[in-house]
Amino acid sequence: MSSELNLDHNDIHSTVETREFVTATLDKQLFGVPVLSVQDVLGPQKLANIPLAPNEVAGALNLRGRIVTAIDLRRRLGLPPADKAKSMSIVVDHYGELYSLLIDEVGEVLSVPVKDYERNPPTLDPRWRDVSGGIYRLDGRLMVFLEVDRLLDFARPAAA
Amino acid sequence: MDELLGEFLTETSENIATLDVELVKLEQEPNNPSLIDNIFRLVHTIKGTCGFLGLPRLGAVAHSSENVLGKIRDHELEVTPEAVSLILNSLDRIKDLLTTLEETETEPAGDDRDLIVALDTMAANSGASKAAPGATPEAAEQEAEVVAESADDVEDGEDFDDEAGDDKKPELVLDFDEELGRELKPGEVALSELERIFQETVTEAPAAPNTPASTGSAAPVTQPKKSKEGEPSLANQSIRVSVDLLENLMTMVSELVLTRNQLLQMVRGHTDSEFKVPLQRLSHVTTELQEGVMKTRMQPIGNAWAKLPRVVRDLSLDLGKKIDLQMLGADTELDRQILELIKDPLTHMVRNSADHGLEDPKTRLDAGKPEMGKIVLNAYHEGGHIIIQISDDGRGINVEKVRQKAYDNGLATESDLDGMSDQQIQSFIFAAGFSTAAEVTSVSGRGVGMDVVRTNIEKIGGTIDLKSKYGQGSTFTIKIPLTLAIVSALIVECCAERFAIPQISVVELVRASKVSEHRIEMINATPVLRLRNRLLPLVYLGHCLNLDGSDQTTLTGDAEVFVVVTQVGAYNFGIVVDRVFDTEEIVVKPVTPLLRDINMFSGNTILGDGSVIMILDPNGIASATSDTALNETADNREDGVHHGTGSDSAAILVFHAGGDDPKAVPLSLVARLEEVDVNTIENSHGRAMVQYRGRLMPLIRLDESYAVKESGRQPILVFTDGDRSMGLIVDEIVDIIDQVLDIELKSDRKGFLGSAVIDGKATELVDVGHYLQQAFEDWFGTQETAAFGEGSSQNILLVDDSPFFRNMLQPLLEVAGYSVTTASDAQEALNLREQGQEFDCIISDIEMPGMNGFELARAIRTDGPWRETPIVALSSHATQKDFERGRTAGFTDYVAKFDRDGLITALSDTITHKEVAA
Repeated sequence: MSSELNLDHNDIHSTVETREFVTATLDKQLFGVPVLSVQDVLGPQKLANIPLAPNEVAGALNLRGRIVTAIDLRRRLGLPPADKAKSMSIVVDHYGELYSLLIDEVGEVLSVPVKDYERNPPTLDPRWRDVSGGIYRLDGRLMVFLEVDRLLDFARPAAA
Repeated sequence: MDELLGEFLTETSENIATLDVELVKLEQEPNNPSLIDNIFRLVHTIKGTCGFLGLPRLGAVAHSSENVLGKIRDHELEVTPEAVSLILNSLDRIKDLLTTLEETETEPAGDDRDLIVALDTMAANSGASKAAPGATPEAAEQEAEVVAESADDVEDGEDFDDEAGDDKKPELVLDFDEELGRELKPGEVALSELERIFQETVTEAPAAPNTPASTGSAAPVTQPKKSKEGEPSLANQSIRVSVDLLENLMTMVSELVLTRNQLLQMVRGHTDSEFKVPLQRLSHVTTELQEGVMKTRMQPIGNAWAKLPRVVRDLSLDLGKKIDLQMLGADTELDRQILELIKDPLTHMVRNSADHGLEDPKTRLDAGKPEMGKIVLNAYHEGGHIIIQISDDGRGINVEKVRQKAYDNGLATESDLDGMSDQQIQSFIFAAGFSTAAEVTSVSGRGVGMDVVRTNIEKIGGTIDLKSKYGQGSTFTIKIPLTLAIVSALIVECCAERFAIPQISVVELVRASKVSEHRIEMINATPVLRLRNRLLPLVYLGHCLNLDGSDQTTLTGDAEVFVVVTQVGAYNFGIVVDRVFDTEEIVVKPVTPLLRDINMFSGNTILGDGSVIMILDPNGIASATSDTALNETADNREDGVHHGTGSDSAAILVFHAGGDDPKAVPLSLVARLEEVDVNTIENSHGRAMVQYRGRLMPLIRLDESYAVKESGRQPILVFTDGDRSMGLIVDEIVDIIDQVLDIELKSDRKGFLGSAVIDGKATELVDVGHYLQQAFEDWFGTQETAAFGEGSSQNILLVDDSPFFRNMLQPLLEVAGYSVTTASDAQEALNLREQGQEFDCIISDIEMPGMNGFELARAIRTDGPWRETPIVALSSHATQKDFERGRTAGFTDYVAKFDRDGLITALSDTITHKEVAA
């Protein structure tokens, strides 16, 4: 099924020259979130703890009167925990609900040529494969395309 | 413009728009049953509404379309392009009619014979020998006639041949057709009959348009008040605003409030700030704005009920029934979104109650009920939910009929049905395509009603329950979660985190510490709080939510904590928190879908200071901590309804004391749970004693079969009455369980009342009286053997101010086969009399605060329904003089308070006498 999805991407990309991503780093790895799905970029926030919540849920925060659920991307991707106080976050809209994705640092907005897109290498960690929509070959580094829908789909058990 | 008509127009236009799309889809996927169901429902709704508003033309077209759709749904007719375009045509016709209706507020003159004939032909061509009844333009009228007959009385001569009937007035006159000369059951038209109709229809159809002018007179039973207003507008006084927009406004206002609060905070430090005055103004405006926006979302449920009286009035005319509609709690506020969504289900259900639920006046009189049927709507808040009840005192639901129908419709197999309770079987009325009404009427009966109702209610996360007693009526209970609603909540803190508890489920707050009057005591590892002579089960919030540092609080137990006494249904428990803040009005926001599985929270919210906190769901906490208690209480409540004895559930302490079987005593009998150091147990007169609170307290073992611990601490149950205490030695305290004490097996063993099922296990119920007697020989009077009132099921009222004796005597009397209702004073007893309760015998204490036993006896004897009821006095004074005094006051018998067997004998004597006398 994931291969089908990726084929779709290729189709879309063949008609569009470039795609725009908000980039972010997490444990030195570059990630890209499609710019249109990004609602906000936040600095460090005070998070309200949510007891009994799934491990990936870092807490909740108040964004101009809306309650935003914070997702700890490090935990989602199985990375070692980092200093929470310094983390920034990208707020995305997912079916009318807001989620903030905790990352280390937000980078610039990049316009990436579609031709540089490549599917996930089959050897990628399943947890990463789970949320990655593919890889973009940038100059000197690789960017993982974060698929928000799949990222927030906790119901789908991670293969880990 | 008539408000109803206005609503109808907007709604119907929306429905038609949906229908257009759905029908086209259906053409593409002819075998999609959900699509067909949906279309059928929409058309059904249109038809139904037309019936109420007195729009015969619209109603007739919709009805015929529905017939065709019904055939399609039942697979009697295939989905062909012709069928679809025919229905689309009729939709177009409906649209035209609606346009005129909006302009002139009356149905246009004219006639739809061509369309209806085509539709009916299509329906009939399905080839089935059974055909739907409505084959003429008088469809709506015919149905009115069907309804006008009593529900059971289904003989009906329908005027099928009256083809030129456009000018027929929609009167409720029963036309018995001479030509037809026979009685027909609706829905069972003979084939020959039908064929004749078609022939006539076809031949006469062209002639029909010749009489269009007369349709005007056929029109509305309910003429809109002003037929011409000059301008066609629905948008005069109100506009429709999307809820999303309101939601957004709400969010913005909340943000504004927060910003204002921050500003206020900043200015507070500077007394002579130039910002002060403008800020104050800003503050006022913000507050008003906030209130205004809140108001746009909240509406009293009465708004949804506003059109019901009219509906019921029209129905009662149509059906020839007398209906009294009572609406309680109309000012219960609901989020407008929810309100919108439950409006139609409610109307549907009231319609159903009137049509199927209530009998016609004659049947009611025969059944000994008042002629006027009653439908009661009741709305209130309960445990964080909004409850809406719709009850009628009609015929109730016939379980057998539902069973049969469920079987016939293939909804369940015979063996499935055998394993179901009556209530489960009754729930089949919520299944799709189910209707017990033998006839199909324009009011209801096509088996879409309750199905739609349930779907709509479940869509907003609500539940619907049914309780029905055949012959006595039905009650539907709709429970809607408060998501989206604004509630007042208590803010508490636990392990440095704050939570909101909906105020509605909070009964009281208790501060507990080592030094204060209230302190938390432990039974095994189970914390309890003694509150007004009852033990309240406690739950540590920190434990429930797995909060960091929660273990410390529990272990040390030194810190001052707060107990939030919470009520869920009939179950009370305490939530232990560290601190309690203020109450705040909060806007409940649903939790993110990621957290929907956690049932501890009913939502989350943003507080005035901008922080996000979770709203606790007391129902969730209660069920997570004690499944049994909740379920048992629920069952118990039902029990109460069935037997009407008013027996309450009681907290029962379960413990082990020798042997593997659990033992139990009513918790209310237990004064304290203690552990004593084995070394402090002394022997005196060959009996174990312990010094307890400066006095000697005898320790009793259940039997000799088990040993007291050799060292360490020995748990004991302390029973106290007056200044005497007794300790019962037990091995281990297991649990406290809230349930109805129902002794199923009497025991011959001394010291045991019998066995009861507690928490799913057979448990021996300890007769505390027996051991009290062992401890203090004079605790009760002398023993007398007596014949018990075996197998009787007499109702007994026990009036005693001492909870100890009430708790003591109730199980005793129940073991003897009586069902016991208790009252804690004379007034309560007299209140029961006012409520019309009947008892076979009253047992009353003499010394009671307020009205004493003698006065009570006199009050009972003076007048009222209990004049003849025997009264047995219970007193600690048992001299001859007392006996005399008691008899003069009106007591039938007089028993010394501690003479248990004497009481049983007296009771059985008294009741036997009464029966002999009767």
